[in-house]
Amino acid sequence: MTAPAFDAARARADFPILATEVRGKPLTYLDNAATGQKPQVLIDAVERYYRAENSNIHRGVHYLSEQATDAYEAARAKVAQFIGIADQDEIIFTRGTTESINLVAHGFIETVFQAGDEILISHMEHHANIVPWQIAAEKTGAILKVVPVDDRGVLDMAAFEQMLSAKTKLVAITHISNALGTINPVEEIIEKAHAIDVPVLIDGAQSTPHMAVDVAALGCDFFVFSGHKVFGPTGIGVLWGKREWLERFPPYQSGGDMIEKVDFDGTTYKGIPGKFEAGTPHIEGVVGLAVAIDYLMGLDRKGALLHEAALLKAATEQLSAIDGLRIIGTSPHKASVISFLINDIHPHDIGTFLDADGVAIRAGHHCTQPLLKRFGVPATARASFAFYNDFDDVDRLVKAVQKMQKFFG
Amino acid sequence: MSDELHDLYQSIILDHNKRPRHYGALEDSTHTAEGYNPLCGDKINVHVILRGETVESIQFEAACCAICKASASMMTEALLGQTIENSQHAHARVSELLNADKDTSADISEEGELAALAGVKKFPARIKCATLPWHTFESALKNPVG
Ligand SMILES: Cc1ncc(COP(=O)(O)O)c(C=O)c1O
Repeated sequence: MTAPAFDAARARADFPILATEVRGKPLTYLDNAATGQKPQVLIDAVERYYRAENSNIHRGVHYLSEQATDAYEAARAKVAQFIGIADQDEIIFTRGTTESINLVAHGFIETVFQAGDEILISHMEHHANIVPWQIAAEKTGAILKVVPVDDRGVLDMAAFEQMLSAKTKLVAITHISNALGTINPVEEIIEKAHAIDVPVLIDGAQSTPHMAVDVAALGCDFFVFSGHKVFGPTGIGVLWGKREWLERFPPYQSGGDMIEKVDFDGTTYKGIPGKFEAGTPHIEGVVGLAVAIDYLMGLDRKGALLHEAALLKAATEQLSAIDGLRIIGTSPHKASVISFLINDIHPHDIGTFLDADGVAIRAGHHCTQPLLKRFGVPATARASFAFYNDFDDVDRLVKAVQKMQKFFG
Repeated sequence: MSDELHDLYQSIILDHNKRPRHYGALEDSTHTAEGYNPLCGDKINVHVILRGETVESIQFEAACCAICKASASMMTEALLGQTIENSQHAHARVSELLNADKDTSADISEEGELAALAGVKKFPARIKCATLPWHTFESALKNPVG
């Protein structure tokens, strides 16, 4: 017996914004790689938090503060469960993927990198997984090495193996490319790096929205992602790191909440995770993230992934049939992201044109300038699908692109 | 297609985009500058030969969207043979045309082809595309070659 197909219509109904109109047209939201939409349960939870639960955490003895503290720590446990981690103290709340990577880079600058050490990243990284390592290299004399990608946007694993050496002190690589959709063989990367004791950071910003990720099974050393891309609030993100690393790193920011005891003769810090969470955190963000994660975990995620793959296949076939349309990123292992160009029409014009039909896509460099340079283009148009998109969305995208192609012809 | 989109991509704009005037490198340019919009990756180079106070020659090269390219092409036509002072007036008028808070419909007829840029102001995300060539021209004036 086959399992029932994923019910996209039902999921869609959970996201009020998807029923709205923009520019007089029903919204066709295909910019999910930039940020996900928010389910009603999350909107309700954040509203309820402010209406009935607001309080600072880890401070008051009063009822609301205790409740807020409990909710905050329960969210930490929920995040640990979401990515398959047993030790919830290894979950650090940050502002997002960007801050998570910066925190790890800071730790490596302070405790690991020496002149001549090597940091290995790939050519398809988001700027958030490039610039912190460039700065780390400048500060310490370490050398940033970049694993190439081929013309399909597939990571060159032979080059990776060649570049990986005893000099490598960290491999930092994205699970899924936000610009091309390429799914990287992270299991193999981690296995190869660990074989010579090199730690690995996985940027999960684009994988967590699409698939259930079991970080413990992956076995990496750091895993980072953003709340807003998993249909949670903006301004909240997650760093998971192995306890040994997090304990070794010095504080990233300092002040209230992260201390054990402050004295002018010397201050001692909390253990993890408190050591890395200075100041009043984004409490409603954490509360909202837990609700969004709960929502995701309640979905049939395998079914959702199959549904997204079907959308990707349909959109790829129909777009490819359009005269002059070229897809950048044709890896056989791909998430539901399509970067494309049409003749010499600039992506910015494509974006504006589709927007007039209510079709929201991204046009630009997607914070991956080195990658686009590799493909010889300054920008692409990108449509990215989530589980709540449906075949009508594909249809509207394709029709709008056809119309535009005729217009600019 | 919506009226606003029609106003944005008027035939004049499309024509300048397809057949940009004064396009290409300029030998013996006296002033040159590169303009870049990090938001979308639009890039443009404006080359000028200034003789005294006069724009004797002006050319541009660009990897950019239709709005930016058309604006640049129309700019070269508007500025060729003009004094620096006149060119600055022209820049100021284009800025006014693109100012969403201003109703410029009354005096638009005096602007010739440049009036086509007024359609851009309904698209706030695109205004920078139209102004980039003009800012780059200003930078070129401050940037003598060699
Ligand atoms: C692969 C990848 N890494 C990092 C980031 C940065 O995430 P944030 O802006 O939420 O910090 C993004 C977001 O665009 C991304 O797609």
